[in-house]
Amino acid sequence: MDLIADRGRRVTIEELNTTRLLSHARKQAHARNLDDVLIVDVDAHHYEGENFDEFLPYMENDVLRQLTMSTRQKGGARGAIMVQGIGYQDMGGRVTRYPLRSSEKTEAGAMRDIQLGHRWMDAMGVDYSCLFPTGMLSIGLHPQKEMEVELCWAYNRSLTEKVLPEAGGRFFSMLCLPFSDPEAALRHVETFGDRKHVGGFMVTTVRHNLAVYDNAYMKLYRAMEERELVLSFHSGPNWGGEPIYRSCNRFLSAHALGFTWYNVLNCTNWVINGMGERFPKLPVIWIESGLAWVPFLMQRLDHEYMLRPSEAPLLKKKPSDYMRDMYYSSQPMEIQDYDAMECTFRMMNAETQLLYSSDYPHWDFDLPSTIWDLPFLSEKAKHNILGGNAARLFKLPPRNDKQKENLQRFGNLTAAA
Amino acid sequence: MAEKFVAKSSEFKDGDRRIVFVGDNEIGVFRHGGEFYAYSNFCLHQGGPACEGLTIAGVEERLRPDKTSMGLFFSESEMHFVCPWHGMEYDMKTGECVSNRRMKLKKYKVVQKGDDVYVVA
Repeated sequence: MDLIADRGRRVTIEELNTTRLLSHARKQAHARNLDDVLIVDVDAHHYEGENFDEFLPYMENDVLRQLTMSTRQKGGARGAIMVQGIGYQDMGGRVTRYPLRSSEKTEAGAMRDIQLGHRWMDAMGVDYSCLFPTGMLSIGLHPQKEMEVELCWAYNRSLTEKVLPEAGGRFFSMLCLPFSDPEAALRHVETFGDRKHVGGFMVTTVRHNLAVYDNAYMKLYRAMEERELVLSFHSGPNWGGEPIYRSCNRFLSAHALGFTWYNVLNCTNWVINGMGERFPKLPVIWIESGLAWVPFLMQRLDHEYMLRPSEAPLLKKKPSDYMRDMYYSSQPMEIQDYDAMECTFRMMNAETQLLYSSDYPHWDFDLPSTIWDLPFLSEKAKHNILGGNAARLFKLPPRNDKQKENLQRFGNLTAAA
Repeated sequence: MAEKFVAKSSEFKDGDRRIVFVGDNEIGVFRHGGEFYAYSNFCLHQGGPACEGLTIAGVEERLRPDKTSMGLFFSESEMHFVCPWHGMEYDMKTGECVSNRRMKLKKYKVVQKGDDVYVVA
């Protein structure tokens, strides 16, 4: 297939075959015996926008369903279901799996997303993946609250009734919450929270006025805590939509800041409003902001809290202590300065709080070797971060005897095993 | 060091590339501007297939004497090849990583014998 390069020049690249593209990942996994290590990827994606026809029929409201399905008709329908973000994730085709995606062949009779998922998981040595959407990460920007509710409902039904059951037990998810409507979000937890392959729920954080401490959400958090579900906040960029980023003239800038900013903001509000005191048994994960922001925010909040405790009266310890009670996904890990990274890992108690994530197939994905090869980590920390911590959190069993042995060795074998 | 056959020169057009396997090693061979260049196919970032992606001219920002920007342009002289995993870019002529010139892919010698092209590895 030809890709467009400079000055209209065309460059022929082989059609996409994920197994072949990731053959070096398989070599890495083999060289490090990673098949003996339970590896859980807490943040991987599919392109649910390629499957609108599968999940839109699950929308409950007749009128809204007809409205969205009408946009899918061939021959001139003009409509957009999702809020589209401005951006160049494919780097002008340099990350070839974006433009070549449609060229990848899959077998008939099995779900394409599942087949593609298993290909990259097998290449990397990943045993379980938490599957997240891509386009739906912007659902919080939808101007119609009722449409956000309907689309989340349809996507979650499709995911739990069709996609996850066909994945051979290797995919799970934290389902998309319609956070603009707290009552509807609660209904999602009550309806889907006990379903198989559901580990928790995810708040898409690309939103305006997201007040995680609002009284309206307390029933929601309580319902999740009672069910031993995990709450996660998945960050994202919002280059065109967030006024402050309009001064960024490069995607790099908006992406670097945007993916970090939303979690900095929401984590601050979560901690300062004493959510850790209100829901001490609710596990919280901050997803896809990298790690460098964590020590920054710990220091910043501790400094302010020392001088202004009257504004955070629910806190019984330092903000950084509450941050150390929560979990963080690893990708995109800023591997530039090992000394800085080591400090970050120490400050966040990475051995027990960090969860490996690939973010595959997105452009800045991380392989398991990014954790395994860190020179300052103990063997226990490597096993914990790659999968042991997530195995405890989501009660995931080992997939072979060596993994079981390793999970036992480091205290991560769960009741599910 | 052994010579590994890459291709017939007459069948290896300008702008083409070949990947050759020497035991467990993989080497990418490019033909660009009439010259052959050969590098390790293992990206220095996370080990991706560095030589199997797009080739594309480097991007430069040109400044006027008063330091105002004229905008972005494709280079007239510098060609890059790009690792398809994450977009890490390498200079075709040197194998240097464009974002950190101290990082370099291992370079291999290419020899031509008649119409046959070999890489020395």
